[in-house]
Parts: sequence; C-alpha cells; structure tokens
Amino acid sequence: MTTLDTSKDLAGQQVRVNDFAVKLANVNGTGSASANGLLMRAIFRMGIPVSGKNLFPSNIQGLPTWYEIRVNGSGWTARALDYDLMVAMNAQTYAADVAEVRSGGYVLYDSTWPLDAALSRDDVTFLGVPLTQLCVEAFERPKERLLLKNICYAGVLVALLDIDLDLVATLLDETFAKNERLRESNQRALRMGYDYAREHLACPLPFRLSAMDATRDSILIDGNTATALGCLYAGATVAAWYPITPSTSVMDNFTSLCRTYRRQAVHRPDGEVDYRNDYLILQAEDELAALGMVLGANWNGARAFTATSGPGISLMNELLGFGYYTEIPAVLIDVQRTGPSTGMPTRTQQGDILACAYASHGDTKHLLLFPANPAECFDFAVRAFDLAERFQTPVIVLTDLDIGMNDWVVPTLTWDDAYLPDRGRVLTSADLDLMTEFHRFADEDADFVTPRTFPGEDSRGAYFVRGSGHDKYGGYTEIPDKYQEVVDRLALKHQAAADHMPGPVVERRHGAKVGVVTVGSCDLAVREAAELLDTAGRPVDVMRIRSFPFQAEVLEFLDAHDTCFVVEQNRDAQLRSLLVLETGVVQSKLQSVLVYGGFPLSAKHVVDSITRQLGG
Amino acid sequence: MPSIAKPLVPLQPLQRNDLGLTVRDYEGAPSTLCGGCGHDSVTAALIDALFKLGIPPHKIAKLSGIGCSSKTPAYFVRGAHGFNSVHGRMATIATGANAANRELTYVGISGDGDSLSIGLGHLAHAIRRNINMLYVIENNGVYGLTKGQFSASADLNSKSKKGEPNLLPPIDPVVMALSLGATFVARAFSGDKDRLIPILQAGLSHQGFALIDVISPCIQFNDHEGSTKSYLFTRQHEVTATDFVPPREEIVAAVPDEGAITVTMHDGTAMRFRAVPEGYDPSDRQAVARFVEDHRARGEVVTGLLYANPDVADLHELNKTPSAALASVTYDRLCPGSDALAKLQQSFR
Repeated sequence: MTTLDTSKDLAGQQVRVNDFAVKLANVNGTGSASANGLLMRAIFRMGIPVSGKNLFPSNIQGLPTWYEIRVNGSGWTARALDYDLMVAMNAQTYAADVAEVRSGGYVLYDSTWPLDAALSRDDVTFLGVPLTQLCVEAFERPKERLLLKNICYAGVLVALLDIDLDLVATLLDETFAKNERLRESNQRALRMGYDYAREHLACPLPFRLSAMDATRDSILIDGNTATALGCLYAGATVAAWYPITPSTSVMDNFTSLCRTYRRQAVHRPDGEVDYRNDYLILQAEDELAALGMVLGANWNGARAFTATSGPGISLMNELLGFGYYTEIPAVLIDVQRTGPSTGMPTRTQQGDILACAYASHGDTKHLLLFPANPAECFDFAVRAFDLAERFQTPVIVLTDLDIGMNDWVVPTLTWDDAYLPDRGRVLTSADLDLMTEFHRFADEDADFVTPRTFPGEDSRGAYFVRGSGHDKYGGYTEIPDKYQEVVDRLALKHQAAADHMPGPVVERRHGAKVGVVTVGSCDLAVREAAELLDTAGRPVDVMRIRSFPFQAEVLEFLDAHDTCFVVEQNRDAQLRSLLVLETGVVQSKLQSVLVYGGFPLSAKHVVDSITRQLGG
Repeated sequence: MPSIAKPLVPLQPLQRNDLGLTVRDYEGAPSTLCGGCGHDSVTAALIDALFKLGIPPHKIAKLSGIGCSSKTPAYFVRGAHGFNSVHGRMATIATGANAANRELTYVGISGDGDSLSIGLGHLAHAIRRNINMLYVIENNGVYGLTKGQFSASADLNSKSKKGEPNLLPPIDPVVMALSLGATFVARAFSGDKDRLIPILQAGLSHQGFALIDVISPCIQFNDHEGSTKSYLFTRQHEVTATDFVPPREEIVAAVPDEGAITVTMHDGTAMRFRAVPEGYDPSDRQAVARFVEDHRARGEVVTGLLYANPDVADLHELNKTPSAALASVTYDRLCPGSDALAKLQQSFR
C-alpha cells in the first residue's frame, strides 16, 4: 500500500490524505443505507477510489447493521479492519463499536444523551453532535426526525472528512429530483450537520479527502446489476427464478432492464397502445421448477437463465445432473451466501464451490465461472451463455454476496457491437437435407460436442431427450459399452471446455518462491496482501482462478512454487480440494488461508495468516 | 394399437388427413408396457386425435416425467421432439419450453404418482399459469414401476393387490384443478376410446391448460376386486356428464341441436358436447365441482368434458409476448448495443 501525500497540518498532526476507513453502526430499517450510499457516491465522484461494504442482518427493521467505507488513493479498497472513525449510531452495539476503533481514532456519537463514562477510551477522540436534538428542533414529523438524522450525520462527515459539500448537495438534488419537499428537508439536514461540525469540531480530521482523477472512466455498480446487464446483452429471453437473498436483485434488475430495453409499444387497430415484450420472466414455485423451466426453454432454443443462492443450488441438483447428461444448455447465477443450510443469508461466503463443481448424483461435472467483481459479472454472464450453448451443458456463475450486493468501483463497461451469440452446433432443415440420418449424440467435433436440433424445425431432427441410460444414437440402453461411450465423451467434453473459458490471472513478483492462489471476491484483498508482503520482504506470486475445469496454466503455477497458499472464504478449503482432485498437484504443498465468518476478506487476514504459517 | 408392429404395406389404403399424412405418421416405437395396460389405449387414442387434428408431427412437443405413463411419449409421433424429464418435473419443463416457443402443440403425459405426489406443486402452478398445453394424467391409483404401492389417487379403503386397505383419502385431480382455476377439465376412461379421442381433440384445441384425468387401469397391480381403478369398477360406476358430438358425423347422424352444448375454442372451432344430465353446464365451475363431488360420494366416477372456459388469457397473453416464438426473435432486437450501455452507465456515476 502506498501512503499518499503524508504531511503535517497546522496543529502539527500527521495528515493522511485519501487513505482511511470509516465504519458506520446503524439500526436497519431507519434510513441509514441511503445516507451511507450518498457519502460513498460523493467520494467516488471526487475521483477517489472507494468501497462501501454493507454488513447487514437478515431482517427488515430493528437489528444492528454496519456500513464500511474504505478510501484508498492507490485503489486498495478491500475491506479494512482498522477503523479511523466510527460513526456510532446504534446504542445496542455501542460498546463493541467503540472497542473496534484503532488507537488514535475517532468516534462520532449522538450527544443528545450523555456518554456512558464506562464505555469511554483514553486513546480515542469522541466527537459529540446532538443529532436527535437538532432534528427534533428542525423537523416536525416523527418520521422526518428519524430519517433525516442520517443525512444530518452525513453533513457532519462531509465537514470532518473534507467531502465536497456542493457535490453531496447535487447528489441529493438528483435523488429527490421529483419531490421538492424531500429535496428541501434533506438539504436542510445536510447543512445542519455540516454547519454544526464546522462550528464545534476541529474540521477536517487529520485523515481526509482530496479530489483526484482516478475514477473518471469508472462506474459504481453492484454485481447483481452487472450480471443482469450481462444476461440482457447476451440475448436471454426467458428467465425463471425463486426469490432468495442475496440473488433476488439479479432478477429484479433483469426485469427492470427488460421493461426499458425489451418492451415495444404496439398501436392496436382500435387506437389503443399495447406492449410487446421480447422476454418472459417466470417467478417459479421453487428452485426445482426454476431450473426445469430454464432447461425447457433452452431445449426449445431460447437463451434462458436462473439466479439463486446455495439453498437453491441444493434443490436444483437433480435437474443439474439431468441437464448435464441430456446435454441441454442452462445458465445459473449462484450468488453465494454462508451455509450450511439456511446459514446466514445476508453474509458472504464462497461455500458452494464443491457443491457446484459436482452437483447431482452419479458422475457429473459442471462448468463454473468465478467473477471477482461486477465488471467480470457482466463479462462472464455473457460468456456463460456462449459456453452453455457451445458445450450444451449447464454453466454456473459463482459470485457472492459481497460482489452481488455491494457497490464497487469498476472500469466503465464496454460492449462490442460486432458480438454475435455463439449458439454452438445446431442443425437446421437445410443441414438435415445433406445428412442421411441424424443422431443426437453422434458426430462429435474436436471438443467432443455433438450437434443438436430445435423442436419445431424438422421431423428428421426429432429425437427423444432422456435422463435414462442412452447410447450415442439417443436410444435407451442398459448395455455397458454403449452407456460408457456416452459418459466418457461427456468427461472429455468437460475438460475440452477449459481452453474456451477465462484462464487464471497471474501476477508475478521478482524473487517469489511462494505462490498464493485465490478466487472470486478475494481478489483485491489478496493482491493488496501481496503488496504488503512484498514490502515486508516476502515476495509472492498470485494466481486468481477464473473458471473450472482448470487450464494447464493452473497446474504449471502450482508446480512452479514450493508452497502455495490457497486463500478462500469457506471452512473446508473447497478450492484447495478441487485443485488436489483435478490437477494431481502434490497435496502437501497447498496450504490454506480460510476466512469464512461471513464478512468480506481483508488483506490483513491474508498477511497475518501467511506470515504466521511461514514462521515469522 | 401402438404395441403391435404393423405391416409395412397396409392391406387397405390408409385414410389421409389434411396434411396428407396417415395415422402411421403419428405412431411411435412399439410399447414396452404390459399387455392390456390402459396406457397403451390412451396412446392409441392420442395418435388418433393428433392425426385427426392434422397437426404436423414436427410441431408437436411431447413431454413426460417418470413412471409407466411417462414412458409412453416414445410410443407416439416419432417425428415429434420428445422430452422424458425427471420425476414430477414435467410441468416445469413444459412451462419453460412453452415460454420459449408458443407455436408448438404441447402434449404432457403424466401419471398419478408423477402429478399428484412428487409433482403436485408443479401441476398446480402450471394450472395457475394457464400454460397452453394438453396435460394427460394416466391415472391408475398405483405405483406400477415400483410394483404396487398406493398412489395419492387411490381411493380410501380400496384394496391393494395384496389385500391391504388404503388408509388415506385420495387427491382428485379434477376437483383440485377446478379449485385452482383450471380452464379446461375433463375425465375419461382408457377403456372407452370413442369418447376419449374427442376429449383429447378438445383438449388439444383448447388455448390454455387442458387437464384430462384418464382412468387407466394397471392390469398388473390394480385391476383386482376391491380396486376402484379397475376396468370393471370404472365400467360399473361411470357417470357421464357430457358426451362429445363428433362434427363430421353430426350431419350424417343428424343429432338434434337440442341438449347439445357448443364450446367454441380459441381458434374458432366449435366442440359440441351433449349434456347427458339435463341442464349440466360445463361453464359453471361451482356447479361442476359439486356435481363431481356428489357423485364421488356415491362411489361414482364422472367422465366427460366437465368444465371449459376458453376465454382466459394464457401465459403468453398475460405476459404480452410476441405472437411468434420468443426463441425466434433475432438477436439484433434483443441487444440494446454499445450506445445504450454507455448512456445507461451515466446513471452509475
């Protein structure tokens, strides 16, 4: 991590610019999310790399919720564990929140009520603002008093952190463009907090912001929105799903995108205007049904997908095996949350890796994609459809709650207008004219893929989909050799897909003997950790895996290092297991760094663990 | 019958339908079910119905789940795409398939285990969504492939082959479908082909979900004394609510209009049924449910086209999809392009 522009201010304090972390402790359902998002967006608009992590409960109203903002001019915006400032707005968690602030840090609290002396700390500065009192005096309605307290503390933070006040005011105007009353009251609350802080507190704090130009070509987007955009651009027309946290917003976004981009006005003869929707979204009765619908639609030639989370993947197991064995394309988005069972629905984990790799009974293997951020969610969603159709098999995109539901700063998404969907091997009537006979599972290509036909096209292309034992002609069989011929080809097809999938991203450092292997949303924290380890004289090479089956480069990387640490967010080292099972790497050279409590990974977790395991 | 291999050259010239196809073009592979199975009669009736309606074989999609009944799509219309899915999930596959391509004729074949136990939820929701398809339950009250367990449609106190009484009340798919808002509900008997064929034709012509519960006896495990799904019991206890008036013979036989109910299907064709009990009204959902329940209480099985409402929007009409298959919409109409993406992202700043 590079420290930027370190100098001393007028009071002789060490000043840190664009490098700090703020944690906001709130009660959920009280309107804090919009105030916190506002601050994060303002920092982004100031051109400074920033992240916002929402650590929220599985609850609608009343339980503790936190929001972490990390600012880092060098772009290291993985979760930080050292908080420079705690905005302690929740009495239930006050004691624990105060304890989390780093020594020398600050606590902002509502001084309407006296501070409990027992919860004070000598090494932390307490900044009191009578937020409740200010809001009670300024606003009449009880609901306004409660909600605007959040915007009021946002105003305080604008002053304390040197956030551009005009910019925040503009953002509020944009948010409430259609409601003058709310616009006015929000602006008033913002100024109130800002003015109070300027008047009573030493503003700005020694850690503060200074406008940069690092986010000009970037956007602020969550992974689920990006995934939905990818599905839209890939040309998906049918979607089936069952609501489940944290994947629900994939389909919510897909629905609203379709309403914008896939709905045409149709003028009826009677003069009325009707709509024509070039999409059909089915809210299924359960996840089994959702995948059944997706398979039915793909069989019939539409691009169809579902979005779910771990419990949904469990339910979809039988049909995943069916899709694999009958070679029907399907795209599944698995926004992982903590398991097992219901687990912690609003907490993040990478716990579905093994369950997805081998989902279903019998010998099954699936194609997996592991995006690390929303930009890759967009890209991989599109690629998932191409892979599913080219290899005629289900493809699972494994994101997680951290990627899916938090806003990330990523490069502006681009689209190549020359893109055409890869439909894979599909025979038309004209193709069938040239053949003496069509057999569904015969005539494999170099990737062990056989041509399919779409229902409704031609009788000569008709075949009988069956999950029961079948030979290469598609006929029912119980004969060992004929059964094995088909399943052996499926194994070869699975491996052949590797070279068509996104390969590992490798980052090498001079003199590195140790490798670090990771996946998905661990990316930023692991790369930051590699920087920190390098600074500490322990250079490491980093490989981020982006798909399964693994490419040859994956084993090459493992072979090239005496020791590799596999960093992942689950208890059982699932990625490590998959590497051992599938690459033949010597098991003992793979060590684990496992963080699976449900909150996003921090570089500190990685550095501490690797340093300890290397003995230092 | 589908279970019998046919001579390659027919003894007499076969009748041709409007497409110039013969009934042979609607047959499939020889059946592997037990000789005398009711399901083979249903298959034969379906072959006849599809042939008579003149549906091009490649425009038919035949789907099933798991069980004896679910094997039968292999035994009709070899030129149609077939989909033998997993146990209980056929309705979901059919829903997705229909979503992608509304232009095909969907024939779903299921059984009482597949539809009333493992797949009950999916059946209920397919009815609610009014998926445009024919959904046939070949109902024999027993699990045949696993050798004789009671199914959810076995009647209370009816006896298994081993003599054990069934302790649980049955699920009647007809009553259930009526309560779920089904738009076409019929019951037929596999042993009565003359009445089964026109009901299948009516179901195939219905624009929406057409549920036909066909009592189809299992001669191996549920055709004994004490069974209420046997040939004998059904014949003895059948009460017909409506009887089909075949349109062609109508002129020849000069069936009087009096007492006939005309149900106009979505495509304009009129299906004419004679109400056997005076005043039976297949458009009165509550009255139909009451009629079926009353007769069931007396141990009678009501057959015929029981309820039809052709004017309810199906899945596609509700969702305002294009009149052609969604799967045929060209990609240029689906992708908003790079300019739209750039514009959209201004709101992500």
